[in-house]
Amino acid sequence: MKLFRFAVAAVALICAAAGPARARDELIIGVSQFPSSLHPNIDPEVIKGYALSFALRPTTAFAPDGPNGCIACTELPTLQNGLVTLEPRADGKPGMAVKLTLRDDLYWGDGVKMTTSDLAFTAKLGHDPTSGFANTRTWGRVERVEVIDARTAVLHFDEVSTLYDRLPTILPEHIEGPVYARTAGTGDYNKQTIYNRAPTTPGLWNGPFRLASYESGSLITLEPNDAWRGKKPAFKRIIIKAIENTAALQANLLSGDIDMAPGDAPSLTIDQVLQLRRQQPDRFAYVFKPALTYEHIDLNLDNPILADPRVRRALLRAIDRKTLVARLFEGLQPVADGFINPIDPMAAKNLPTYPYDLARARALLAEAGWTPGDDGICRNAKGDRLSLPFGTTSGNKLRELQQQVLQNQWKGACIEATIHNEPARTFFGETLKKRQFGAMAMYAWTFGVSFPPRQTLGSDQIPTQANNWAGSNYMNFNNPAVDADILTTETDLDTAHQRAAWTDIQRIYAEQLPVLPLFFRAEAHVWPLWLKGVTPTGTADYSSLWAENWRSE
Amino acid sequence: MTRFILRRILQTLLVLLVMSFVIYSLIGLMPGDPIDIMVASNPNIAPEVAATLRKLYGLDQPLILRYWRWLSAALSGDLGYSRTHSQPVLTILLPALWQTCKLLISSFTISVILSFALGIAAARKPGGWIDGLISLGAFAGISVPVFWLALMMILVFAVELHWFPASGIANVGDGSFRDQFVHLVMPVTTLALATTGGFTRFVRASMIEVLRLDLVRTARAKGASETRVVLIHAFRNALIPVVTVMALSFGVLFNGALLTETMFAQPGMGKMIYDAILGNDFNLALSGLLFATLVTLLSNLAADLAYGWLDPRIALQ
Repeated sequence: MKLFRFAVAAVALICAAAGPARARDELIIGVSQFPSSLHPNIDPEVIKGYALSFALRPTTAFAPDGPNGCIACTELPTLQNGLVTLEPRADGKPGMAVKLTLRDDLYWGDGVKMTTSDLAFTAKLGHDPTSGFANTRTWGRVERVEVIDARTAVLHFDEVSTLYDRLPTILPEHIEGPVYARTAGTGDYNKQTIYNRAPTTPGLWNGPFRLASYESGSLITLEPNDAWRGKKPAFKRIIIKAIENTAALQANLLSGDIDMAPGDAPSLTIDQVLQLRRQQPDRFAYVFKPALTYEHIDLNLDNPILADPRVRRALLRAIDRKTLVARLFEGLQPVADGFINPIDPMAAKNLPTYPYDLARARALLAEAGWTPGDDGICRNAKGDRLSLPFGTTSGNKLRELQQQVLQNQWKGACIEATIHNEPARTFFGETLKKRQFGAMAMYAWTFGVSFPPRQTLGSDQIPTQANNWAGSNYMNFNNPAVDADILTTETDLDTAHQRAAWTDIQRIYAEQLPVLPLFFRAEAHVWPLWLKGVTPTGTADYSSLWAENWRSE
Repeated sequence: MTRFILRRILQTLLVLLVMSFVIYSLIGLMPGDPIDIMVASNPNIAPEVAATLRKLYGLDQPLILRYWRWLSAALSGDLGYSRTHSQPVLTILLPALWQTCKLLISSFTISVILSFALGIAAARKPGGWIDGLISLGAFAGISVPVFWLALMMILVFAVELHWFPASGIANVGDGSFRDQFVHLVMPVTTLALATTGGFTRFVRASMIEVLRLDLVRTARAKGASETRVVLIHAFRNALIPVVTVMALSFGVLFNGALLTETMFAQPGMGKMIYDAILGNDFNLALSGLLFATLVTLLSNLAADLAYGWLDPRIALQ
């Protein structure tokens, strides 16, 4: 018994004051995923983009609620300012030259200045298919870099591309150059890169923070970068902590073990944030920012029922998306009328919309030859039931709830939706990829700002066995006018032409409805009340990109 | 005895070889791959990029070829490279293993001590109020899901009382013994409580059976004290079936560790294996699962050796 008492006393002593009590020069951010690697240009992941934005400056980025602009350069190259010129290539095809001047005050964390040698090195690496670079639309298209001096270089693109100004992160040649030289052509670069082997090397980072420590799968610690010449960050330490289970993540927020749950990285879901706001309205700051993530239902146009556009319109007319969004998300996620979010500068106005109208839905179905049967489900002249398989990822509580609401609403318009849900691996890896979904597949994707929609709407991106199931046009949408417009959005540098093409794509999309738009997701941020200066963007240029403005008050 | 151990080690190696192939095949047969999920959520990824990533991670190779390459390298001590951590497997595996060892050994020890004490107390007067109370607690422990228990622990001891940190293994910049200890208290308690119920039921049942045997009656007739009868004569005999169950359960504890590690954000083996399987990280998943298999086999071997010690009549041949 004495031993027992001694043990209890010892435990009590050790645990005394174990609760969190931290200074406000430290910020702990809770996320539900962890980056699989730390190389900024390989494996595009939202969580990686968010975490690395504290420590790395991209060349260009979209400012919060603003246009694309320079971050690591001095002036965004355009045709108008003469920094972009069209030039014929050696093979006679059109190419372009982009003159870029780097800022004078950017240094790597070891004090080495960032120069055009780094730019040329990154372009060379990006052009090597074995490097694993994800952004082939920009670095991969730069076939030659002409270095003028330490700050100015001309990038020669092998095609005319409207994405020439989406240049992401430049890499430090003095650190990564020797690694690339050792591994060039072997495909081993991604295994040997210092970003993965020794990510706390100061020279890898050129932002206001640098990685101070790293525990794979659980923690990233960021501390101010001494070589940073911009605004001095207010926080002495920012910790990104991975807690996979979002219920546990929420409990950590309440216990004070983490300070914030960012909405632009995988963290709390919007329903959890709404619930938290109801329970603790005054304890945290809650910010909801409409984002580019598009929740929608792909329609399989191979299905004879869905081949008729009247049926597709009836499907959209029969669902009350406004009420769905109001009930499930307190109206904070805007209803979508197309795939381009109104925050995108290329979003078109005055497009056909399909507000909830059950009578109109029934009329459209009747027009298409579908009349209600005795059991309330429509039938055509041949006696076929208007029954459509409806799938999504199983285990996603919120999406399954949406699915049940939609199923119920369609029933009111004599449409039977039969639910066939599958785990994400099967749903994305087999059913969607090989276009095996019978009729409707509900999921979400995230577009870049004004990013040409070739992958999702181009007829050359319909997955087939012949192309090894490549592409994301799962609907089998094939429209020559849209194909021509996509080409314009990709290659025509004239803004007026681009705008016209974007408007035309959105008009055809709204008329043809190969996809049922549901809503745009909103980033749901939870911050401590003392945290100031965070500005959510709603785009893939994360709020952490301006972390030097974050402060406690 | 030596022949017995050598034979069991040989069997273990054979089982590991077969298991490695079975596990590799099962992971490989899962539909889709992580690149598909990446493409579905980000349609800006061009097909050629997806193809490059698959090639980079060897996901485009036939399964049998990938397995053969892994096996050849593993036999020379190279467990390969983890795709989901972008580091060599051993660099990931060893810290996770150490973390899980701390969690499993602590919780298993607590669980064994508690279940022995509670099981014996309950068996002394079956049907009495102590037995009823202990059985109720044991059934509650068996019935309560680990993730729920973990969440309740966090809500009570971290959110409300602020006694213990809700997650992690240490505070950044600290890492002292005390710091690591307070971070371990809740995960260890959760896992221990989750396993104690089942163990207690086994100890109780085994003790009740042994306490009815002639050897106990003889011991009492010889004038041995009740404590000696229960703890020396009965308990040692009751241990044989209990040891078997506990040895088998040690491998199963990995399941509980997975949930506990996920809920308390502990970077251990359970969570690592789970993430590796979902992420098609063949090298890491395989190494982790093989290690879990090895632990189960070794704990069985330990149980077999313990039989000989508990009952000298059992010969190990």
